[in-house]
Amino acid sequence: MNIVVCVKQTLDTAATMTIVDGKASWGDAPLVLNPWDEFAIEQALLTKEAEGGQVTALCLGPETAEDALKQALAMGCDEAILIQDPAFEAADSLVASRALAAGIQKLDPPDLVFFGKAAVDSDTGVTGPQVARRLGWPSLNLVAAVSDLDASAKTITVERLLEEGRQVVSGSLPAVVSVVKEINEPRYPSFMGIRKASKAEIPRWSAADIGLDGDIQPALTWPEIFAPEKGETQCEIIEGSDPAAIAGKLAERLFEEKVI
Amino acid sequence: MVLVYIDHFDGRAIPASWEALGVGLRMAEATDSEVKALVLGNGVEAIGQAALEYGASEVLLVDLPMLEHFRPEPYTQAVAQVVEKQGAEIVLFPTTSRSRELAGMLAVDLETGLSPDIVDYEMDGEVVVTTRPIYAGKLLTKEVNKARRPQILTTRPRAFPSPEKRPDTSGTIRQLVLELDEPLTEVQGYTDSERGVSLTDADIIVSGGRGTSNNPSLEPPPEITDEKEQEIWRAQQGFELIGELAKVLGAAVGASRAAVDAGYIPYANQVGQTGKVVSPDLYIACGISGAIQHLAGMRTAKTIVAINKDPDAPIFKLARFGVVGDLFDIVPELTAALEGKLSKG
Repeated sequence: MNIVVCVKQTLDTAATMTIVDGKASWGDAPLVLNPWDEFAIEQALLTKEAEGGQVTALCLGPETAEDALKQALAMGCDEAILIQDPAFEAADSLVASRALAAGIQKLDPPDLVFFGKAAVDSDTGVTGPQVARRLGWPSLNLVAAVSDLDASAKTITVERLLEEGRQVVSGSLPAVVSVVKEINEPRYPSFMGIRKASKAEIPRWSAADIGLDGDIQPALTWPEIFAPEKGETQCEIIEGSDPAAIAGKLAERLFEEKVI
Repeated sequence: MVLVYIDHFDGRAIPASWEALGVGLRMAEATDSEVKALVLGNGVEAIGQAALEYGASEVLLVDLPMLEHFRPEPYTQAVAQVVEKQGAEIVLFPTTSRSRELAGMLAVDLETGLSPDIVDYEMDGEVVVTTRPIYAGKLLTKEVNKARRPQILTTRPRAFPSPEKRPDTSGTIRQLVLELDEPLTEVQGYTDSERGVSLTDADIIVSGGRGTSNNPSLEPPPEITDEKEQEIWRAQQGFELIGELAKVLGAAVGASRAAVDAGYIPYANQVGQTGKVVSPDLYIACGISGAIQHLAGMRTAKTIVAINKDPDAPIFKLARFGVVGDLFDIVPELTAALEGKLSKG
């Protein structure tokens, strides 16, 4: 089975963000593999282990994103490719989905493409479905479990995590699957994997390499980034002689302030 | 024209759809244009009627057996056809799992920009300058689609007011006939039939963290011998108390990432940067210290109450009311106190 997993490099979720000279700043917080993508990689590897085949990690990003791909290789992906071109620097999801779809089409035709549910920086959560749309394949979004995968019949059944519960959906392969955290427990890179990854040469594909040297203007611009207003919250500590007194006072205050 | 997509499930509109409709009404007023609501589904005329009462001047209804369950491909094709035929400068969706996906795919079909999950906006003539959270709300960005049309936006639930419902409506419902391709997927059904209050729609959320397992006086049943299992059992007693408080308040139950990672409660309940981002009127954090990832997911709650043993827990910096104490002591008493007050009406 030919499997592709699309990954992104993002900031660590523990990073404290501030605005410096009108731009987002995160001090010396590290850049990491997008946390959601670890689950996508794990699912790709589990699928390969069950069905055979190979896993290719595909990333759109700047030079530094090589580290995210090395992490993917260290976890066990067989190959990694970085789509890197100044033309993609201000990419919005429309451009990103176009580049990733074009990259996927340059590979040996995959049976499955995995995404994490969203990137923790831009938070759009639509790149997976957009790539599916561009490829004309079923979009299986917010997948919490793959309940059936039949390589010979080329079918897949998944459970999608919706607000209202789990929706069981089946579709045909090839398909694009975006996963949520509940789907698995990502493995740590092995020592051997880290060694292999450190030596790996990761190919770069330019916009021209994937046939996108024409019009790749983003639709969106970001005229201003700013920090949310810090609420002037003064915490009122509720005290009392025993838990019942404290709880009673808290309930009273919640009613007084018309919170309830 | 401003087109507002009405998301629904199981025959009922998602409340955030009306909030999106309210945004549409204000945008239409600002651009001297009109608002049409779009309802796709099977047997959804009642939802169309409700959209009229919430202020749509016309409801476009695509009622087909094939649209019984939401599936992104036929739904995207249907919305794209409606936009192409009717022409729309702005297309609004409420942010839900379904319509975020739908809006993303529509942006591909129409090769235009999508601003998902906006929390604010201003009009620059006909152009919507949106504000939306990035880095899970640690920062906000303004986002603009200057040149391409339509402008596609999804509105974060509870970020905008719902319009008043007026039964005396003059609007009309128009049935549209569309030719749609065969869907690529088949919906087999739903599991998890137990449907509590949805976290993203909830007015009140009661959440538990690591502290739920921190009650050494609780003795697990003798058949549970594994230390980890004992910890989970203790945490479940904690979440039981949280559940009872939530029930009294008609609230949803949330959890911190630490509680989810430790196996205390399913991922579906996780609030935070890698879980759900919520914005309730009241958020009661029980035994949650307030890691930055968690705060990012609930900081926009109107009122935050923190119950924690550690007076230095970061959650108190965000809280309006704080109790330094053990959730196992405080939460049941709070449940009782609120139950008493609420039953008195």
